[in-house]
Amino acid sequence: MRYAETGYNLEIDLATGNIERVETDPKLTELYLGGLGTSVKMMWDRVPPETKAFDPENLLIFSSGLLVGTPAFSFNRSVVTTISPQTDLLAYPMMGGFWAAQLKYAGYDKVVFRNKSPKLVYIWIHNDKVEIRDASHLKGKGTVETREIIKKELNKPHAAVAAIGLAGENRVFTASIEQGRSSASRLGGGAVMGDKNIKAIAVLGSKDLFLARGEEFMEHVNKAAEYIKFRNTNPLPGIPTILAGIGSPQEMKHTDEKWHTENFVWGNARTRRRGFWTEEINESWSTTQKSAVKRLISCFNCPQQCGALVSYKDTPRYKMKCFSKLTYSMAAYVDDLDFNFRIARLATEYGVDAFSTPQILAFAVELYEAGILTDKDFEGCPSDKEGRFFWLLDRFVRREGIGDILADGTYWAARKIGKGAEEFDHNTIKKHEQVPVKLGTLDPLYYLMYSTNEKISITQIEGNWPQGAFPTREMREQFVKDWPQLPDERFKQYVLDWEPRGEKSIPYFPTPDMCSEIVDWMEMVHNIDDALGLCAGMGSFCLKPPYHIHNYPLLVSAATGIDMDEEGLKKTVNRSRNLHRAFNVVRGMRRVDEKPPEDHWKRRFPELEEQLMDTYYKYKGWNNDGIPTKERLLELDLGFVAEDLERRGILQDGQD
Amino acid sequence: MAKIKKKVKTIKVDADKCNGCQSCEIICSTFHATPKYSSINPARSRIQVIRDPMRDVWLPVFAGEYVEAECMGRQTFVIDGKEYSECDFCRAACPARDRFTEPDSGLPLRCDMCEENGPGQEPLCVQWCFNEVLKFEEREVEVEEDVRLGDLEIGLKSLLDKHGLQKLVDTMTRITQKS
Ligand code: SF4
Ligand code: SF4
Repeated sequence: MRYAETGYNLEIDLATGNIERVETDPKLTELYLGGLGTSVKMMWDRVPPETKAFDPENLLIFSSGLLVGTPAFSFNRSVVTTISPQTDLLAYPMMGGFWAAQLKYAGYDKVVFRNKSPKLVYIWIHNDKVEIRDASHLKGKGTVETREIIKKELNKPHAAVAAIGLAGENRVFTASIEQGRSSASRLGGGAVMGDKNIKAIAVLGSKDLFLARGEEFMEHVNKAAEYIKFRNTNPLPGIPTILAGIGSPQEMKHTDEKWHTENFVWGNARTRRRGFWTEEINESWSTTQKSAVKRLISCFNCPQQCGALVSYKDTPRYKMKCFSKLTYSMAAYVDDLDFNFRIARLATEYGVDAFSTPQILAFAVELYEAGILTDKDFEGCPSDKEGRFFWLLDRFVRREGIGDILADGTYWAARKIGKGAEEFDHNTIKKHEQVPVKLGTLDPLYYLMYSTNEKISITQIEGNWPQGAFPTREMREQFVKDWPQLPDERFKQYVLDWEPRGEKSIPYFPTPDMCSEIVDWMEMVHNIDDALGLCAGMGSFCLKPPYHIHNYPLLVSAATGIDMDEEGLKKTVNRSRNLHRAFNVVRGMRRVDEKPPEDHWKRRFPELEEQLMDTYYKYKGWNNDGIPTKERLLELDLGFVAEDLERRGILQDGQD
Repeated sequence: MAKIKKKVKTIKVDADKCNGCQSCEIICSTFHATPKYSSINPARSRIQVIRDPMRDVWLPVFAGEYVEAECMGRQTFVIDGKEYSECDFCRAACPARDRFTEPDSGLPLRCDMCEENGPGQEPLCVQWCFNEVLKFEEREVEVEEDVRLGDLEIGLKSLLDKHGLQKLVDTMTRITQKS
């Protein structure tokens, strides 16, 4: 009997149409939990470093998390793992919504796709019935359209459908996978799905999911539930609204966008517009948002309301969440939220990443203004800001003309265009567009997180740690008072000592040693969330979350029957983290790749930066090139990885 | 029939506030599992949230009585510009559809207001809806005594209706002999 997980994966060979229900090894759950953890293990075992994103051998794995589908609130993530066309490293875009829970109730933990289908298909998973169905009638259709058509033709209004749009079909590197109000959008999962000729995956289940010790599990769930209620009525004092609550940023509910519009940069990650949020803007943007949001909605089994059904003027309805409310207006320098609600609808239908895409379009506009792209590239393009973005988005998802070059993302497009275009690629790390933020003094914590995290995107790496020092001692004391989420009491002292200015301020404080500990903690909670399928908004991505290192093991143990204490759980995710790193190392990732864009901060400290990297690598048990040492690998029962690295000459025997 | 005092329990549904989370379905299904909290399966829930997101329809409905046959004709309603079929609101476990029947056995489900939880306790779905969609109300009224069927009786009655007494008895005999 398996608990919390179903114990089965679906293996689908798209070339032959062969579908298998494969029992999984329970030992793997003990070693890697589930979700990202077990998916990384599968990628390691089955995808060799020579395999490129669009090779048939590349796997596309849709996974639920270990606790998805249980009564614990907010465990609902789907993790998609594959080789990214943009970075050639492991991509793992995630989405909330309803898909993963349905997969579990249908009786599967993961769906593993290999090879390519000869024609466009969609997959229908309904308990034991799994079909590969023709999707030729869905070619070119939008993601929302596709979902509605599929639900209708299956006559299953409650099926969860994950679909790609034109962008995915055309293998645009920032193509997303859209589902309900959620989307798995970073690093081109949608492009691989399109390459494999999968238009959509619909799933509906009505099987039981079992808990090992249900009563005990519910006790822990109830405690977390009480805390969620408490936090929803008691935002943290002295913290900007957007960070004071729990859940993903409540963007659809809050209309005050002073924080985003004035702290994030506009255009191609260019201009910080202090003073933008005037009374007049507040009035107009709030009115627009209120008229657009028809209803606030959540993901599966979550009391929050991070998403919305949008019904704006005469644009067809769609769903939205998070920062996508602002990204297009800000990238296009359009001071009207009306534009964003209109273009975001199209972008959702096309299925594109709402972080990278607007930046790439803004990058194109900059190149045009700099004379690097010419009138010929922009032939037929309207000259107003809004029209230009609509026109570019259209070329982009169709890979037409200049759109074909842009569709590979800023990094690759810049190199193809040449003529100095590389200079304008100033907001990517490891070839991937980052959230548009440009700041003054180097922040050592962010430096490490930007540089080294396997997610390759700062979004949602930070979270449990305050984003800056509190201005007064009083505020610091108040903040550390109730902080049971801490993995170790010593972190309180770091907060108390951390000053906005002077000796104990950034970039030298927290010290490199402290930074390593803090970053390691952030990574740990993210890895737990991504293995268990928890929304980061309720765990790793917010201050004082309902779930943390002291209750995760209780939940895991009661749900699965695998008794795991804090140390055991930490070791499990540390194992996955090192395997993940080794996977990317084998694909060529090294220390030279681990750096933020040059202009990310105005004031840089090269010596300190090197010291930060040295200290952090050492803390992680990695050598000076960011490669896990044999010793660390053996400690984590990853002897097979050490052997592989030695065989490839990446680690030399006898030396680290 | 004698008049008796009876507590009438109602759950008031403010569907406009529903965020579609299905938490009510989850907790219902796991509370009613045997043993309690041993499994989860929203398809077994006695509250079902009827969802048609693009039409802005999220409608929690509770399982009511079991019916032998589907109704002869149905009304459609337009409320607030949204069209609903009578089926959407209907609480019956009805042979015309899957809703409110056990997914494996097909036996009918009925909301029991989580009676097992003891007096004064709100039904679990109400407790678990943080969005205040579900409001529990209890009041005392005088009613004529009626005989309420328990889960087992409802299940047996539906099997009886579907297969006839003889088949039921034969099958029961066979199963008990086998085990
Ligand atoms: S907090 Fe928001 S994004 Fe996270 S699971 Fe809940 S509704 Fe979804
Ligand atoms: S718990 Fe409440 S908000 Fe969630 S689906 Fe049920 S009725 Fe709607």
